[in-house]
Amino acid sequence: MSDSKPSYLAHHFDHLEQQKQSATLGIWLFLITEVMFFGGLFLGYIVYRGLYPEAWHTGSEKLNVILGAINTVVLIFSSLTMALAVHGAQTGSRKKTANFLLATIILGSIFLGIKAIEYHAKFFPTTDYNLIPGANFSYPAAYADQMQLFFSFYFTMTGMHAIHMVIGIGILIWLYVKALQGTYHENYYNPVEVTGLYWHFVDIVWIFLFPLLYLIGRH
Amino acid sequence: MSSATDINAGTTAKNYLNEKITVSSWLLTLDHKRIAVLYLVSLLAFFLIGGLAALVFRIELMTPEADILRSETYNKFFTTHGIVMIFFFLIPSIPAVLGNFLVPVMIGARDFAFPKINLASWYVFMFGGVLALVATIAGGVETGWTFYTPYSTMYANSAVILAVCGAFIAGFSSIMTGLNFIVTIHKMRAPGLTWFRLPLFIWAMYATAIVILLGTPVVAITLVMIFVERAFGFGIFDPSLGGDPVLFQHLFWFYSHPAVYIMILPAMGVVSELISCFSRRRLYGYKVIVFSSLAIAVIGFFVWGHHMFVSSQSTFAGMTFSFLTFFVAVPTALKMLNWIMTLHKGSVSLSSPMLYAFGFLGLFVIGGLTGLFLSTLATDIHLHDTYFVVAHFHYVMVGGGVMGFLGGLHFWWPKITGKTYPEGWAIFAAIVIFIGFNLTFFPQFQLGVHGMPRRYHVYPEEFQVLHIASSTGAMVLGFGYLVMAVYLIGSLITGKPAGKNPWNARGLEWETDSPPPTHNFHETPVVRHPVYAYEYASETSDEPDVTSEKNHV
Repeated sequence: MSDSKPSYLAHHFDHLEQQKQSATLGIWLFLITEVMFFGGLFLGYIVYRGLYPEAWHTGSEKLNVILGAINTVVLIFSSLTMALAVHGAQTGSRKKTANFLLATIILGSIFLGIKAIEYHAKFFPTTDYNLIPGANFSYPAAYADQMQLFFSFYFTMTGMHAIHMVIGIGILIWLYVKALQGTYHENYYNPVEVTGLYWHFVDIVWIFLFPLLYLIGRH
Repeated sequence: MSSATDINAGTTAKNYLNEKITVSSWLLTLDHKRIAVLYLVSLLAFFLIGGLAALVFRIELMTPEADILRSETYNKFFTTHGIVMIFFFLIPSIPAVLGNFLVPVMIGARDFAFPKINLASWYVFMFGGVLALVATIAGGVETGWTFYTPYSTMYANSAVILAVCGAFIAGFSSIMTGLNFIVTIHKMRAPGLTWFRLPLFIWAMYATAIVILLGTPVVAITLVMIFVERAFGFGIFDPSLGGDPVLFQHLFWFYSHPAVYIMILPAMGVVSELISCFSRRRLYGYKVIVFSSLAIAVIGFFVWGHHMFVSSQSTFAGMTFSFLTFFVAVPTALKMLNWIMTLHKGSVSLSSPMLYAFGFLGLFVIGGLTGLFLSTLATDIHLHDTYFVVAHFHYVMVGGGVMGFLGGLHFWWPKITGKTYPEGWAIFAAIVIFIGFNLTFFPQFQLGVHGMPRRYHVYPEEFQVLHIASSTGAMVLGFGYLVMAVYLIGSLITGKPAGKNPWNARGLEWETDSPPPTHNFHETPVVRHPVYAYEYASETSDEPDVTSEKNHV
């Protein structure tokens, strides 16, 4: 325990490289648990889509593909700004780090806003049918019950994804404040890098959700 | 270094227990050893609650009629017992208490890689535990710990949502612990501590952490689906919409069967340490035990379907899962043979921790072999959902998991507290617990074979004798635990200072003070010997003492 340790090296690590490697291994392990978490939903999706292709196809068509596509672009763009924020931290540019973190926060919020518009349209339908699963669900087709399963999965999957986005934005805001204070520089940027990996992961989940929920079966 | 100076050093020096003594220094501690103690105290409280619930329904079962519980109340009691014991005692027991305390010490590190996550895991765990207890008080849950749909989501008239949230939240604490274990074992080993010099306890923790990381998220999302279906009325498993309740069973057991290995692999790690120390030799087949732990962690993920032999699964799937279930017994049997080979030609001493290790060997063999009866398709149709299953998994989880936990607790008690406990009482309690356990659960094999289904509180009169035997055993078992609680708590006050290495064991945890200083070692240790190097003298023990002191019978 020498006194020459920098303040950003935690007391129980011997050197910076050890601390950095630990953080990187930790986030990758965490992402593995996230894959397993969403994996359960994807499994349910595959089983039911295989059982009830017609009902699920009709369900897909009731989603707003244009808003979904816009959101996909927004999210991919946010991954770019996130990567640039990490690069800013690695090269010790405080201004670049903070600005790109802010851009990522804004893009993430736009995504959630568009998602909220989509949800709102479902919860307050202008059509004569109601696509919210539960007692009030109604759709004029013989397979309306199986369509309900589709919308249960649609709301659970996109809802879980949105919760991950909200958590991500929360962490980004905290990083943004820290970045303005100059906490991150070329010798210490673990938190930015680790959050970046998390953010990319959440994007990738959407990259799978968008075709599965909105596109498959559409002509 | 003589043992007299060790003892002085142990009592006067600053250690993790006496460095700061305020309440906030405990509740905000980042020291893995203090977090382990927090876990120990909370887990023992949960163990008491789960045990008392079991005692109540065992008393009810002494007569064939309903005496003190109605059917619904009975269901709530066994559900409380199951949820508390599995999610809030067995799964965290060895990893969160012994693993938390020992992993950094055994590998010569100052702490886990992520001390804040470690502390957070305890708070998350307590939050989940309190929710589950609130569920018990606020109406209880009668679904059984398995939450099978559609009963749990559509029909159960009880606090299912609270209990599900409790289990969901507790899962995060498991994940945090497992993640810390893997990163720490990879990145923070002392100089010279190569992978194949790691104690088998560390390997067991590593294998357990793999299972935790891959399995727990799946049960988490499954519980989310239950929550969504019950709270919002979203159809997910609802058969009237075309949903599939068996899909729930697949998702649930994909975690909950590997969870058995989360409970048993750590106990196997403890037993490896105990058998090596009390046979005074390096474990026979060290690498075989290492790889069998990893094999169990992997194969354990491909056997879940044996819980659905009679729930509409295809015969082909049944045969596949039946074969895989037999297959997972192979690495387990290899471990067993290696432990026995270690005892053979070892100089075995019957200290109290070793009695628990022997208890583990005997009971776990019975638990494992009866598992083969259940993984055989034809016999399972008869035995499914009978007391045979109850007896089988209690032999594995209590006979294996709890025996391992108690053996480890006794073995490392002097290291954790710095005090010795009365060996005579410990041996007495170990024997009482062993007898009580067998008296409780052996008759249940008989009950099951004769067709007594599980989860009923009224039964034909012909089963009464066996039920009375089982209930009597439960009381003997409870008495054994009580004796243990009394002398362990008493040892905190009256126990003699333990010294650095009371068992003359090998391993880095025995090279430091008892209790260890806050940063575990005064200087980072360097490992120069292979693991379990009983052929080399330890720096902290005088080898001749071992035969003349209390360690023999």
